[in-house]
Amino acid sequence: MLSEKPFIIDDPEGMTFRLNRRTLADPGVFERELHAVFDRSWIYCGHESEIRKPGDFRTREVCGRPVIFARDSKGDIRVFLNACQHRAAQVCREPRGNTRRYNCFYHGWSYDRDGRLVGVPGEDSYPPGFDKADYALAEAPHADSYKGFWFISFDRHIQPLADYLAGAREYLDLVVDQSPSGTMEVIQGTQEYDIRANWKLLVENSFDDYHLLTTHRTWLDYMKDAGVQVEPPRGQGLLLPSRGIGKGLGNGHAVIDNINFRGRPVARWISIYGEEAKPEIEAIRAELVERLGEQRAARVADTNRNLVIFPNLVINDGSSVTIRTFWPVAVDRMKVTAWALGPAEESESARARRLDSFLTFYGPGGFATPDDVEALESVQAGLATWREAEWSVMSRGMNKAGEQLNTDEEHLRSFWRRWNQLMTAAA
Amino acid sequence: MSGNAITRAEVEDFLYHEAALLDEWRLDDWLGLLTEDAAYYVPSNDSPDSSHRSALFTIADDINRIRARVKRLKDTEAHAEFPHSRTRRLIANVRITERDGDTLTVAANFNVHRFKRGAPERKYVGRYLYRLVSTPGGLRIRERRALLDQTELGALGAVSFIL
Repeated sequence: MLSEKPFIIDDPEGMTFRLNRRTLADPGVFERELHAVFDRSWIYCGHESEIRKPGDFRTREVCGRPVIFARDSKGDIRVFLNACQHRAAQVCREPRGNTRRYNCFYHGWSYDRDGRLVGVPGEDSYPPGFDKADYALAEAPHADSYKGFWFISFDRHIQPLADYLAGAREYLDLVVDQSPSGTMEVIQGTQEYDIRANWKLLVENSFDDYHLLTTHRTWLDYMKDAGVQVEPPRGQGLLLPSRGIGKGLGNGHAVIDNINFRGRPVARWISIYGEEAKPEIEAIRAELVERLGEQRAARVADTNRNLVIFPNLVINDGSSVTIRTFWPVAVDRMKVTAWALGPAEESESARARRLDSFLTFYGPGGFATPDDVEALESVQAGLATWREAEWSVMSRGMNKAGEQLNTDEEHLRSFWRRWNQLMTAAA
Repeated sequence: MSGNAITRAEVEDFLYHEAALLDEWRLDDWLGLLTEDAAYYVPSNDSPDSSHRSALFTIADDINRIRARVKRLKDTEAHAEFPHSRTRRLIANVRITERDGDTLTVAANFNVHRFKRGAPERKYVGRYLYRLVSTPGGLRIRERRALLDQTELGALGAVSFIL
């Protein structure tokens, strides 16, 4: 491995940050990061609102494993590995539901809501010493939550979730503060689509404001046509969308934190919402002020935050609140899953407005996401030259002391530094 | 003309004409087939029977956003569709399922093939639910709803064109 060049060249004094493109194109790097990065991190599994009663479950793939995100008989959340202890067939094959038993149809073993093996056809043919108590469903080694967001980890020695989240907790708090009762819920309807690109390109893209003006000009035109004020910010180095900062939050998490211009369901009106929406948004705003005080209410309602929780969770908290996670199935392909999140007590009209606001920009039918997908796939096509054109440049803002802009790249560098740390520690 | 007098063959001719306009990217002509209050929906694959007011869709456009979508798609900076995908729509199993005055509810199956240079062939399979209005100028679309059979978009990627 002596001949390998570094993944990144990070030289603050020389004001240089370069990224070796094999990090995005080399199948060998991909094989390594599955263990060095994903198996050493907390990975988003689901939101507590998706399962409400004992026996409720969702099956999904998390960190490359099929899992059952479920409420047990006491209503506690458990994350079972979806593999029968007999021969590994999946014991639950429905996407969601409520069950008393997880039944393996292959040979008929069955498990209760707590994962205990309770049924073995022809049990008397097993030798003496066979004890069903030894064959409970396996669980993710660690499962924990922060304010309703559930994560799992396959690293037995991982640090506690709250420590891991570090500065990202502040931004999850800003999400949860949008509900009068502090209760957010995942809304029905899941967007699941593939992108033919390396997963880390979507990390970058999810909070890369530098590309907005060029990649999303047609979306900005749509906003302008609808009467939304889209004024270029004034000042050196400032680009659209607006004045904002980009920063690392520790452990590879990072955020862009911008002055809002594109409206917020909680709670900033723009013309796209229509005149009739004004009173309700004012009322939502008034509730925020009463509950949180003027300053905190403004913090919640007047900025947009695009948050990356290392390695593969994105929460875009702006024109709507989106939860987006993605899993690499190859070095050049990922599966993306996205949900909308809203306050549990939201009115029918406010919920409809939130969903409409989501679709103007986001998702596979939105006015912006398809162009992001196109950009990422174009990058991946270009990355076939990684052996000849080896380096990408990521140094925007490195000449500045102190605060970095949303259109700079300090937040991207924060992600990559953590990724590099995990990959080189494992080498 | 009353909706009661419209035959299935006339509805089929209308849907074939619409498919041809979309395949030829004659999007302004296609807009001419819509009523002033038209809507276009593509529900999320896992929630085909839900309402766009309470569930996240892939597309939920009122007439204003349909027009904005067409404007965007005609712009060479709508990068996902420049150059435009080639599409070929096969419409079948057309049925008039309900008649109410001048309004018809129509169901049809679709198989939309999409091709782009450098991308794999993509087949969007599902059914359309239309609400058509009989007007003096001919049939017009008040609502078109495309329900995909794929359990997730997956390898189909985006729905960046008019499905």
